[in-house]
Amino acid sequence: MTKPTKITNAIRALRFTHGEMTQAQLAENVGVTRQTIIAIEQGRYSPSLEMAFQIAQVFRVPLDEVFQYPDGDGGRLDV
Amino acid sequence: MSYEEKGTWAYLVAVAGAYAAYLAIILGRLHTAPAAEVSYGWVLLWTTVASVAASTLGRTLIETARPSDGRRSDARDAEIYRYGEYASRWFVVSGAAVGFVLALAKADYFWIANAIYLGFVMWAVAGSVVKIVAYRRGLRLP
Repeated sequence: MTKPTKITNAIRALRFTHGEMTQAQLAENVGVTRQTIIAIEQGRYSPSLEMAFQIAQVFRVPLDEVFQYPDGDGGRLDV
Repeated sequence: MSYEEKGTWAYLVAVAGAYAAYLAIILGRLHTAPAAEVSYGWVLLWTTVASVAASTLGRTLIETARPSDGRRSDARDAEIYRYGEYASRWFVVSGAAVGFVLALAKADYFWIANAIYLGFVMWAVAGSVVKIVAYRRGLRLP
């Protein structure tokens, strides 16, 4: 029914390097609940593209420094 | 646990409890009278109203015992809500379909009303269970 996401993220490390930002502070900055930040950190929820950009903006880093998708055949578009 | 997840738990317990109470009353009456003569209308309406009241009260009690960080919902709550409603929609469709077939077969109103009511209850219960599983184990839409 529900599967864990393949998307990994560095939110926990980024919080640590940004003044040990708490999950609650990040949630407040992004405009979501703390439980949503916890779910994203633990890979239980894939955020929308807009939310992903908002998280990256909070840390002032490019999107791919926050979120990573594993190489493989799953997400590749062959042309 | 977020405010919305607590609300889902309260709703699940309230709906399941109200239907259990309804069944206990109606099954007791079916022991003494045939279905066509069983008075069920007010019991059905009152247990439905009671489930709404119990859900609101339950949510308030849970919040009092374990307050949430806030009461706002976000995009994840909305996605989980939509997913739960989508996944459980077949129960309410099935309830309506069975009620329709029973009406075509000229079954007693008792059975038609109860088939539709059961469909609504199953829709609410299944939807709540799906939402709670999504909250607990994660949500990744296909």
